[in-house]
Amino acid sequence: MPIGSIILLPLLGALLPPLMVRHGRAVVAWSAALVTALALLVGLWHAPAVFSGSDVSSHREWIPMIGLALSLRLDGLAFLFVMLITGIGLLIILYAYYYLPKDDRLGRFFGLLMLFQSAMLGIVLADNLLLLLLFWELTSLSSFLLIAYKSNTRVARQGARMALAITAGGGLAMLAGFLLLGHVVGSFELSEVLAAGDLVRADPLYLPILILILLGAFTKSAQFPFHFWLPNAMAAPTPVSAYLHSATMVKAGVFLLARFFPVLSGTETWSYIVSGIGLTTLVLGAYIAIFKHDIKGLLAYSTISHLGLITFLFGLGTPLGAVAGLFHLVNHAVFKASLFMAAGIIDHETGTRDMRQINGLWSFMPYTATLAMVAAAAMAGVPLLNGFLSKEMFFAETIYHSWVGPLEWLVPAVATLAGVFAVAYSVRFIHDVFFNGKPVDLPRTPHEPPRWMKIPVEVFVALCLLVGIFPEQTVRPLLDISVASLLGTTPEYHIAIWHGFSMPLYMSMIATVGGILLYTQRQRLFAAHDRWFPRTSGEAAFQYSVKRIRDLANRLIAKIDNESLQRYVAWLLGAAILVTAAPLVSGWQIFGGVALSPLDGVSLAAAFILVVAALGTVIARRQRLFALIMTSLVGLIVTLTFVHFSAPDLALTQLSVELITTVLMLLALFFLPGGPRQEVSRWRHWRDLGLAGIAGIGTAMLAFAVMTRPSISISDYFLATSKPLGGGQNVVNVILVDFRSIDTLGEITVLAIAAAGIFALLWGLRLAVPTHDLEGRRWAQDVHPLIMSMIARPLLPLALLVAVFILLRGHNLPGGGFIAGLVAAIGLILQQIASGIEWTQKRLRISYLAMIGVGLLIAVATGIGAFVLGYPFLTSATLHPEVAVIGEIELASAVAFDVGVFLVVLGTMMLILENLGRLSGASPPSSSVESVSEKT
Amino acid sequence: MELLLASIIGLLVACGLYLILRSRTFSVVLGLVLLGYATNLFLFASGRLATNQPALIGEGPPFADPLPQALVLTAIVIGFAMIAFVVVLALRARGELGSEHVDGLDREADQ
Repeated sequence: MPIGSIILLPLLGALLPPLMVRHGRAVVAWSAALVTALALLVGLWHAPAVFSGSDVSSHREWIPMIGLALSLRLDGLAFLFVMLITGIGLLIILYAYYYLPKDDRLGRFFGLLMLFQSAMLGIVLADNLLLLLLFWELTSLSSFLLIAYKSNTRVARQGARMALAITAGGGLAMLAGFLLLGHVVGSFELSEVLAAGDLVRADPLYLPILILILLGAFTKSAQFPFHFWLPNAMAAPTPVSAYLHSATMVKAGVFLLARFFPVLSGTETWSYIVSGIGLTTLVLGAYIAIFKHDIKGLLAYSTISHLGLITFLFGLGTPLGAVAGLFHLVNHAVFKASLFMAAGIIDHETGTRDMRQINGLWSFMPYTATLAMVAAAAMAGVPLLNGFLSKEMFFAETIYHSWVGPLEWLVPAVATLAGVFAVAYSVRFIHDVFFNGKPVDLPRTPHEPPRWMKIPVEVFVALCLLVGIFPEQTVRPLLDISVASLLGTTPEYHIAIWHGFSMPLYMSMIATVGGILLYTQRQRLFAAHDRWFPRTSGEAAFQYSVKRIRDLANRLIAKIDNESLQRYVAWLLGAAILVTAAPLVSGWQIFGGVALSPLDGVSLAAAFILVVAALGTVIARRQRLFALIMTSLVGLIVTLTFVHFSAPDLALTQLSVELITTVLMLLALFFLPGGPRQEVSRWRHWRDLGLAGIAGIGTAMLAFAVMTRPSISISDYFLATSKPLGGGQNVVNVILVDFRSIDTLGEITVLAIAAAGIFALLWGLRLAVPTHDLEGRRWAQDVHPLIMSMIARPLLPLALLVAVFILLRGHNLPGGGFIAGLVAAIGLILQQIASGIEWTQKRLRISYLAMIGVGLLIAVATGIGAFVLGYPFLTSATLHPEVAVIGEIELASAVAFDVGVFLVVLGTMMLILENLGRLSGASPPSSSVESVSEKT
Repeated sequence: MELLLASIIGLLVACGLYLILRSRTFSVVLGLVLLGYATNLFLFASGRLATNQPALIGEGPPFADPLPQALVLTAIVIGFAMIAFVVVLALRARGELGSEHVDGLDREADQ
């Protein structure tokens, strides 16, 4: 099995739980467990290769241009993490099934959990920096979604947002660090980066790279001063806290330290920053943990403290430090997961997590109490348990470090102090929860939890004991291979319960005795803490800065945005002018060199009319009818321009669109009487005039520049192949329905969407029907004059005949679906104007929506027809059947496509105008006139 | 001729944009119509100016460039659909807001 399947199984498996929801909770949980177990098995399948010292890797290019590749590598370190993630994952799934309330159908929960698992496995397996980052951010996202699982509570949402802001922000810093690192090494492949340690450490960019990558690691692993998101993430369901926020995800930062150990460690800067931060976090976390009344809060700060310990060990930069760091990482994952599960059971059984209420649970649940007490003892570092061993190694490592200088005694002292605190909070956890008198006002009477809920805790506690008593036989081989992938070799080290009387043992003893003593003095300690400990924390600073940023954004928006569309348009226009003007003014030649074509008198006269009409539209915009006529005049001159410059198809289209536009605008004018004159400031007037003028001059310059440059067109191909390939002589039409028919298909789809949008906008719209026209005259009583309707009626068949003619000849002569649709629409609109919509609708029972749909279907079907015959979509076919009398006619499949275009255009026009016309249809005169025309 | 057409395009753009910057919806619609003409002419002109050379295989060569023509043809029709949409939007805005101002202002003044 390829190692990619370790990631892919849970990734695809994330879809499984939501799909299984119908079959009940058990099936949902089983599906998640199955996927996780398979991933675990694939990992184990590669175990022989990994243990024999050869890495398993796979490589596939993804986006080579940016150096992103799907490179994966399963080495010792990755193997250790794969076992942790999938093994703990299995137990978490079992636990979550019992922990989450019965009415939760679990589909979303397990789906998200599988997504997280896949991302986390991706981090540890990735052998490409960018790929690693991708998975890194995915863990942040899935963690965000899981913290906010109970999204109806404010705490959950806030905690989720904070976690995302901190961890994803760190991820961004890490991305910058990775980009610099890749730049220095010349490759984003992790294996090449790891081999280039000397190069990187000697590079001037080493310090920025180090700081940026450490920002990513420290935010993820909740190191001081970014630690505060982790306690807030405790709003997540407890299985999530156990899995993501103690066993796996928060270890990603530490994993990163381990991964980049060969590249980045070994300098004094590394040691000062990493071990300094680690030591601070270790002491601070342990100290705060003592004062938390919430069980999960205590465990969260304890987790922060332990992560600090591991960070410190990696920060030392020594081989044995790395061994101890990895060892403690594994041990912490095991005992902390079991403690969180125990906390979840207590929460589940008592209904609260407040240690001031929860007391004396020993008498209610002695079995769970025993398990939790063993795990807590491991946390405190009691002999015969796994926590003791790695803590001894940690104490041993704190002694003798020359880089600390004269403060050599300080590090062991601080470490011992942290040990004292750790024992104190562990003792508090045991004593406060299980003894210390009777419970206070518990919401529920606690019992032992269901049998199966205890199994994961039992497994973890058994592991604590097993590793604690037989370290060499259990965890040693796994530790050896993972250390080897960090250091290249396995250093000499010995894990034993008894080393004889030595410094670390004395430190352990001081910590244990000191911790218990500290706990006995807790009343005084709590009072002192309340009195002296500073209230300000990273959390408050974070909340404050978030609020400040939000306020600043609001103020800025209020300043530049007055919610005026007019102002938006002006800004947009100004920006467009700036962007376009830059190249235009920087010494750019406007005249392109091609000789100008001669001017003639008719063109000049037409241009004159256009100028007058365009200016007239602007000046007379308040006399709306007049302005409309002026606009139409412009349109007619544009039509003539098309005629003059050899574009008969365009002229036909423009002319018919012009007619329909005018009718549309007249209909609209009926309801838009115009209000009182708007007072516009002089400045605004000149600003608009300036913007429009500059834009106009710029466009004119551009147009002139385009027209006077030599033409290099791709149209020669169309001209040459129009007849042989497209079977038509009208090249414009052949381009539309054949060469570029997929564009046309898109365009008629846009038309259909516009029509549907208009239909929706007009749905249910009621406008006051004005009784007077724009000049204040009453509307004429005779809405549909007899003569007009009589003349209009015979025009309809003629118009339709012309439309069909234009449609059919379109392939060879000016015409085609677009124009034919417009002409047919004009014929129908004429009937509506002359005789009324009701009258027309009674005789022509056509649903224009259906017509548009049929048109689109025909167009698509022609395309699919080619598909079925084995050609690309929309390939056209041509037939030349000889028909008696008429002779040879060309039947290109493109003609069928054109029929589709015709139907869509006709349907669109009619749908728009009919629905717009209906708005005024309610006016009383129309019905009376209809009856008159009925009689005739 | 090129200079004349370029000037006309520029004039139409200026008139269209000035109208689009007005506050009444009907002026904006007129402005869009003018801007639409200008855009189509510009696109059309990019195929250069040729007289009496329609792109019909039976009648040439030489031929005018058919590609910009095909593009402009659909642009005209879609331009109409857009104008219609804006007109209907203006009507709807009047129905909902009781105002013909693009920002929905001066409701009282309008009634």
